[in-house]
Amino acid sequence: MSIAASSTTIDVRIPTILRPYTNGEKVVTAEANNLGELITALNAKYVGLGERLLENNELRRFINIYINDEDVRFMGSLAATLKAGDSVTILPAVAGGCK
Amino acid sequence: MTLRIHADLVAKILEQSRVEYPDECCGVILGPEGSDNPVELKPMINAAHSPTFYEFDSKDLLALYRELDEKSKDIVVVYHSHTETQAYPSRTDIAYASEPNAHYVLVSTRKEIAPESEFRSYRIINGEVTEEPVEIISA
Repeated sequence: MSIAASSTTIDVRIPTILRPYTNGEKVVTAEANNLGELITALNAKYVGLGERLLENNELRRFINIYINDEDVRFMGSLAATLKAGDSVTILPAVAGGCK
Repeated sequence: MTLRIHADLVAKILEQSRVEYPDECCGVILGPEGSDNPVELKPMINAAHSPTFYEFDSKDLLALYRELDEKSKDIVVVYHSHTETQAYPSRTDIAYASEPNAHYVLVSTRKEIAPESEFRSYRIINGEVTEEPVEIISA
């Protein structure tokens, strides 16, 4: 399957804990027009990465993804659109508790 | 690996845990990249505002990691308090631990051990917890 000519190349920053999937790369690129497509494209290149980000086709609760400075949860999550020059940052939540 | 930490940082974390009680408190200590030396205390807001859970605010988290990148710093210590249980990582702590290079510090404000304060450090890697010695350096 060919990638639509209109797809945009997006820089994606990968957190330490997920770098084993990207051969240690801190920044990778993928082509997509929205976040859902981006994760599909990343998972095609870096097998297994998608599962660390999604659960039942939704963003995992304790994974934060940002487009530029904005949390994608406020931008439509997987439907959030991407345009040329956007930069995506993936960060696992820093969270825990006594239970 | 031993966590070597200055006494004033330990005192500040214990103080924060008392001030924010009954909620869990949380934060990080930053250090120069690759140094494993905790120097810069950054208390974080517990966005969960809960006695049983902590979570960094999503915007604060992004700002923190941007600072690490821009200023070549590492998160040397990730700390939080347990309010009524021992200073040992819970299943939740282990499940969400995502910094294999950080020292995970737990303090406890539980009353049965007061006034003695618990301050303990762990590595949490791939779901495996290893307690490590803490060496407190006096000023």
